Amino acid sequence: MRISRRILAGLATASLAVTATSCGGGGTSGSFDDTVTVGILHSLSGTMAISESTLVDTEKMAIEEINAAGGVKVGGKSYKIEYIVEDGASDWPTFAEKSKKLIDQDGVPVVFGGWTSASRKAMLPVYESKDAFLYYPIQYEAQECSNNIFYTGATPNQQSEPATDFMYKRSPAAGGDFFLVGSDYVFPRTSNTITKAQVKQLGGKVVGEDYLPLGNTEVAPIISKIKKALPDGGIIINTLNGDQNVAFFKQIQDAGITPSSGYYVMNYSIAEEEISTIGPEFLEGHYGAWNYMMSIDTPASKKFAKSFKKRWGADRVVADPQESAYNMVYLWKQAVEDAGTFDDNAVREALVGQKFDAPQGPVEVMPNHHLSQTVRIGQINAEGGFTILEETGVVLPQAWNQKHPSSKGFACDWTDPSKGEKYKL
Amino acid sequence: MELLLDSLFNGVAIGSVLLVAALGLAIVFGLMGVINLAHGELMMLGAYTTYVTQLIFKLPVLKPFYNSYIIVSIFLAFIVSGVVGILLEKTIIRKLYGSPLETLLATWGVSLILQQFVRSVPLAYGSGLVISLIIGLFLPTSFPSKIKESINFKYIKFSSWIFAALTGVLTGSIISSSVSKLSRASARNVDVTAPSWMRGQVEIIGTAFPKTRLMIIVITLISVIAITLFLNQSAWGMRIRAVTQNRKMSDCLGISTEKVDIITFGIGSGLAGVAGVAVSLLGSVGPNVGGNYIVGCFMVVVLGGVGNLLGTVLASFGIGIMTDLIGAGRLLSIWPDMPLPLSNTINFFATTSMARVMIFALIVIFLQFKPTGLFPQKGRMVEN
Repeated sequence: MRISRRILAGLATASLAVTATSCGGGGTSGSFDDTVTVGILHSLSGTMAISESTLVDTEKMAIEEINAAGGVKVGGKSYKIEYIVEDGASDWPTFAEKSKKLIDQDGVPVVFGGWTSASRKAMLPVYESKDAFLYYPIQYEAQECSNNIFYTGATPNQQSEPATDFMYKRSPAAGGDFFLVGSDYVFPRTSNTITKAQVKQLGGKVVGEDYLPLGNTEVAPIISKIKKALPDGGIIINTLNGDQNVAFFKQIQDAGITPSSGYYVMNYSIAEEEISTIGPEFLEGHYGAWNYMMSIDTPASKKFAKSFKKRWGADRVVADPQESAYNMVYLWKQAVEDAGTFDDNAVREALVGQKFDAPQGPVEVMPNHHLSQTVRIGQINAEGGFTILEETGVVLPQAWNQKHPSSKGFACDWTDPSKGEKYKL
Repeated sequence: MELLLDSLFNGVAIGSVLLVAALGLAIVFGLMGVINLAHGELMMLGAYTTYVTQLIFKLPVLKPFYNSYIIVSIFLAFIVSGVVGILLEKTIIRKLYGSPLETLLATWGVSLILQQFVRSVPLAYGSGLVISLIIGLFLPTSFPSKIKESINFKYIKFSSWIFAALTGVLTGSIISSSVSKLSRASARNVDVTAPSWMRGQVEIIGTAFPKTRLMIIVITLISVIAITLFLNQSAWGMRIRAVTQNRKMSDCLGISTEKVDIITFGIGSGLAGVAGVAVSLLGSVGPNVGGNYIVGCFMVVVLGGVGNLLGTVLASFGIGIMTDLIGAGRLLSIWPDMPLPLSNTINFFATTSMARVMIFALIVIFLQFKPTGLFPQKGRMVEN
């Protein structure tokens, strides 16, 4: 009953979707029994458009691949996936509003969307009150665990913790002091609280910390602070966002804060896409930590990069957020097929434990709605990619960080009704 | 000593970015009283001009001169932003003199249009359009007066615009076919890379200074000196000052106030373009680059006293030095053993975000006591 209503809604919006999916489908389009329409919700305009539009491209590609391979098979029928793309316009209330529209008006069974933590926080109450399901693909600060969100990006213990460990123990600046720089909003501040706790545990010292208000590109005071706090070089942890990285790296290089003079920057928000915008000449020798890097030398990774270039242009690159977005579409498809229905609650149950052979290697959905993934540390090279230096084994996600003072000793488990969002270990 | 020098340099460096950005506004807002919210976008055009110039200088023909592209782009940016400013004055602002609220709304609208323009029009064709604007606006006036008298001026204007449009389309297509990066529209931020002679540091009296910062200070100094000389020594400068002080009387004495308005606005806008070159050296170039500076620009002009260049200069260096003193926690290193409550307070404000809060608070307090800024305007204009 529920599904048929959705399909009706899907048909009603078909005119909209037809324009969007005109290039999808492929040769097997005639052989589907039915269609299912999903929602894609990212910023296509405003400041975040540059980053988020790459996710839309990746999600479209994943959907086209699934359709070309016969679509989603539910209850003996094959469904062709169609999609409605909505623009969140880099404006957080718009994300909430468009989510409501996708759920109520279009009746989509799932929404793939979001990038910034602010947009996720704005959407969360909508999905919780309507008991709908959002798939969120970005590495983030964690400290959240919703029954209505599935997080495919890294949690801090799957990115920043191994990175801090590497910088303090095995980088050329090993044993040095830390300076933390970030944009002034929730992700950098939470991430740095965790880093500070970890550095203390390791026996190191954080000698300074500063946050640049979003939109501000005047980094001169930060540079003088870095020079004062780390006169002979050291480790800089960078969580700046977007364009601010350009200003930061241009100006620190001019001020002589470079790898050759003993300063090494570890970045949590710079992937291949950002390297090409900032320019590898400013970043060479610094570090990054991600689950996926384009230079991973496996057939799955190469195939992912190759099909993306083939679909969207030879000059395009793939990066960690895109891989995450790609995985979540496939994981949804697998969960739906396992559940045998598009119904949210059944799919949610089937989702936990799903395994997928992702471009980064095997991933698995954990009971806390996050993914177990591999962490890689890479050094930025002159070609604008990462030279992978280290690779951890599969790291389990911590929705509640074990180094952050407010969440130590807590965990999340949605498979056990008595545990839920936050329970004491 | 080294600390003091370092602090002074940093303050001057931050201040000169503010000053070069606010200088054009000091003229447009200060002398003409026009609240131009599109000032930031005129800066953005200057920054994009730098980017386009950089790419054009990478072509094989101009490659040997690549190192000097930044100097060329300063002049080009002045012309591009100036011409767009003149067009803006001729079409929109002229009709709105004396109604500040409407000007504010109209120029805000223009700023949104300009932002969207660079997002959705390929830069090659954008440059073509600017070139045709330059030709269209200046070609008719450059005909010898003999021809102007013998033929109806309308025809001269009309044929010039046709010529301008053709040249614009032609240059647009040439640029688009020779520089592939400019042939597609893109909302992505782009990057200006300073030529190698401008990167790295120089050592002065034992302290290392970044070269780009020095370059910005030089650009700022030259702009301030040039504009001061122009206003105080040239005939047009005198006319501008006359119109500022008493528009009606100047009109009666035979000064073409219309021309004065165009020139003043054009120069103010052109300076915004020069500022665009300067900020492109510090960060990335994108549609929003101007918006980041506009509040700071107004702050500087208001603090300095509307209509006073010296005030603008002092205000920007004042804010620059304060930003560095507070934001980098300099007072602590100057006076290391100050009492604990005081040092805790200073530490609390010694982050970039808090320093900004502190500076705005100080300015608000200052303006409570001196609402007209450091150097208030005196004379007839105040009475109106």
